[in-house]
Amino acid sequence: MLEQLDVSQLNWARAQFALTAMYHWIFVPLTLGLSFLLAFFETLYVKTGNEQWKRITKFWMKLFGINFAIGVATGIIMEFEFGTNWSNYSWMVGDIFGAPLAAEGIFAFFLETTFFAVMFFGWNRVSKNFHLLSTWLVAIGSNLSALWILVANGWMQHPVGMAFNPDNARFEMQNFWEVLFSPVAMSHFVHTTSSGFLLSCLFIVTVCSWYLLKGRHVEMAKKSLAVACTFGIISAAFVGFTGDESAYVAAQVQPMKLAAMEGLWDGEINADLVALGIVNPAKKPGDDQDAFQIEVKIPYLLSLLANREFGSFVPGVNDLVYGNPEQGVMGAEEKIVLGKQAIHQLALYKKAQENNDDVVAAAALAAFSEHQDYLGYGYLNSAEETVPNVPLVFYSFHMMVVLGTLFPVLFAAILFFLYKKNLGEQKWFLRLGVLSVFLGYVASQSGWVVAEVGRQPWAIQGLLPVSIARTNLTTTTVQMTFFMFLIIFTTLLIAEVRIMTKQIQNGPEGE
Amino acid sequence: MGSLDLSQLQHLWWLLVSVVGALFVFLTFVQGGQGLLLTIARTDTEKSLVVNSLGKKWELTFTTLVLFGGAFFAAFPLFYSTSFGGAYWVWMLILFTFIVQAVSYEYRRKPDNFLGAKTYEVFLFINGTVGVLLIGAAVGTFFTGSNFSLSEYNFVTWEHPGRGIEAAFSLFNLSFGIFMVFLARVLGALYLNNNIEHEVLIERTRDAAFKNLLLLLPFLLYVLYRLLVMDGYAVDPATGVVSLEKGKYLSNLLAMPINGLGFLLVGLVLVVWGVVATRFMASRKGIWFAGLGTVLVVLAVFSIAGYNNTAFYPSKFDLQSSLTIGNASSSHYTLATMSYIALAIPFVLAYVWYVWSLLDKRKLTEADLFVEGSDEKY
Ligand code: HEM
Repeated sequence: MLEQLDVSQLNWARAQFALTAMYHWIFVPLTLGLSFLLAFFETLYVKTGNEQWKRITKFWMKLFGINFAIGVATGIIMEFEFGTNWSNYSWMVGDIFGAPLAAEGIFAFFLETTFFAVMFFGWNRVSKNFHLLSTWLVAIGSNLSALWILVANGWMQHPVGMAFNPDNARFEMQNFWEVLFSPVAMSHFVHTTSSGFLLSCLFIVTVCSWYLLKGRHVEMAKKSLAVACTFGIISAAFVGFTGDESAYVAAQVQPMKLAAMEGLWDGEINADLVALGIVNPAKKPGDDQDAFQIEVKIPYLLSLLANREFGSFVPGVNDLVYGNPEQGVMGAEEKIVLGKQAIHQLALYKKAQENNDDVVAAAALAAFSEHQDYLGYGYLNSAEETVPNVPLVFYSFHMMVVLGTLFPVLFAAILFFLYKKNLGEQKWFLRLGVLSVFLGYVASQSGWVVAEVGRQPWAIQGLLPVSIARTNLTTTTVQMTFFMFLIIFTTLLIAEVRIMTKQIQNGPEGE
Repeated sequence: MGSLDLSQLQHLWWLLVSVVGALFVFLTFVQGGQGLLLTIARTDTEKSLVVNSLGKKWELTFTTLVLFGGAFFAAFPLFYSTSFGGAYWVWMLILFTFIVQAVSYEYRRKPDNFLGAKTYEVFLFINGTVGVLLIGAAVGTFFTGSNFSLSEYNFVTWEHPGRGIEAAFSLFNLSFGIFMVFLARVLGALYLNNNIEHEVLIERTRDAAFKNLLLLLPFLLYVLYRLLVMDGYAVDPATGVVSLEKGKYLSNLLAMPINGLGFLLVGLVLVVWGVVATRFMASRKGIWFAGLGTVLVVLAVFSIAGYNNTAFYPSKFDLQSSLTIGNASSSHYTLATMSYIALAIPFVLAYVWYVWSLLDKRKLTEADLFVEGSDEKY
């Protein structure tokens, strides 16, 4: 199954996916959130008849359009990159991804595209109410498409509703609803979309803070802020709540990810939560170095967050690698042995089928089924491979959470100053406001680092490591496309940022 | 749906994939229009008219392409993994032409756009020519075959260093690609002719439609001739063994008098009629005839590629690795589930149709470009 593994090719393929996904993720959160903000602004226009809301809607819509175009450009590659760079994976999961992708295409994409056209070209061609409806449908359509792709991602993090078919070596769907309503999919969906709303509100804060500092478009800026910060606070609450849920779910289904997020090397009963810390980068599984150089702990809190129960045991990296029989934790070492047996039996089964030897085939299949849950482990060479990059995951997670607690305070403060009618005078605060979208991006990209680096080496948790998932390509080929993407996306990003800043400088029409 | 057997579902999904593919080829009038931009639009105003007219539709085409890829992944995942992972470069290049297209409408005329309007116009041109040509060449391999083998676990190994690019060097595939480029231009000219109210542009698009039809003919004839005489990849329904069969595609055409030969002939006649009516009878509705004709032709092409026990993605390196709608599809459960989802398609088509008839009720005129609060944003 595995030709000799070319590690550098694998790393380049991963780098390429990370590159394209992170570029794509610069634009998507803004689409997710701005589309709803546009709907709010336009609703206010239609309800009040106040032309200023229309100007506000049109202004943000222009920025939305600029962002949307490059979101589409970076998005198409994501759909096909599964096939081009991860073809083995595509084959093995195609039967499961099929349904969500079909649903995404049929339900979401066309809603988004069709009504996008009305939103932009229809001001003078359709009625006010139909236009408003279209704006809402764009928002719903874009968030629906996020649903389906996150269902697919959620399935990779925690494969459910399927069975492995040894005859054609792939996973086949058994229950669509289980795939759709998997707890991982749902918590990721809500966390991701609400974090997109949050980021969009921060975008508005950035632009409007700048206007207020310059004393330009003051009325429009304040009106936009009032809406955005209200929506921002609600979104931030959702983000925190669903983030907690995500961590809880991770603790149940991806304990190694949780251990990495918390830098927990040795499991504990009543584990403490490390609120802040500097990890020891030299720490390796199984050694007895200190995990942290500096740490600030909150006693017992991790057990509560991870298991929602004081006194519960949270496994650490070492427990998950070497096992902890006392706590009933099976280690990766043992799983690798079982996984190798599964692979061996699968090969026997294939051979027996070729020889039309039904008896041997049946026996091999039975033996395979016994260990198939560990299939993926059989492709690993050492138990230590199951440990992701702990410092990276730890810092990313903590950065996200710290920022996640800062943002609602920021929104609340803006609303407070708006209420006091002295926001324009808070110069230092507005300067912080200008920075806010960049902080939002740090949090948002860190979130994906946690989710994706935290689950290495798995393409499908426990069942398929990335080393098997990849396409059989040469390193040079992947390097070439990596740099092609780097150059083209960077060029387009520069164009986008320049166009965007120019439009922001120009401000809304007619003001 | 659940009551259909696996083979029926596979046939149904091949049809659905074909329909999406056919709609996509129809919608390449956007790409065709982009290819014509530099020749038919000479003043800034003319350019703006053409770009704005196409600019409202490009996303529809793009989304249809994405859906086409998605539908293939969903219904025939082995094709998706084999072809995208295997014919790597041809797909990468196609994707690149669509990446640059996606920003070009929006960024072309915006101040401070870094690359300058000309560059974005070149992007549109590349997408309209190279992009379409490569897609055509890739579809050509449905008949000429590719060089790959599949392991017992269905993992692909590509056996040609070109990694897909070699497809463009076969005369058949190349002709197919060039045919698609000119067809897109014919459609583009007819669409613009229908969509814009502007004397000079009506005149020029009328001529362009006719000229590109003439240019298309030799390639079409060559492709048709080769299709009729070439060996095809037949699969034995009982054993699944793939073998080369003389005149396979000809016999497929004849075996499917309606969706094979019938669609092909009627489709071609409709395309020609759309152009002739535009050129010689001053009709403005040519796009509808040519559009419907294109859809029928593509349906016929997909029918003879995939139906009647034919391997639709053959391997000439290892015949038994060839993909058929039988061995490349998703499971019964997944196909059935997706079929329920697909029940929404008529509804989607209906609202797409409704919205566009609303937006296109009035043709695009020069005056639209200059009104206060104009919708013409490109
Ligand atoms: C308030 C505290 C927050 C907590 C407790 C939290 C928790 C989490 C957790 C546990 C994950 C990983 C889920 C997994 O892979 O299993 C995650 C992912 C993510 N987070 Fe957060 N987060 C918080 C704030 C934020 C903020 C402020 C943003 C962005 C503005 C954000 C954006 C994301 C994104 C985009 C992902 C990746 C998608 C996903 O896995 O859901 N998070 N978050």
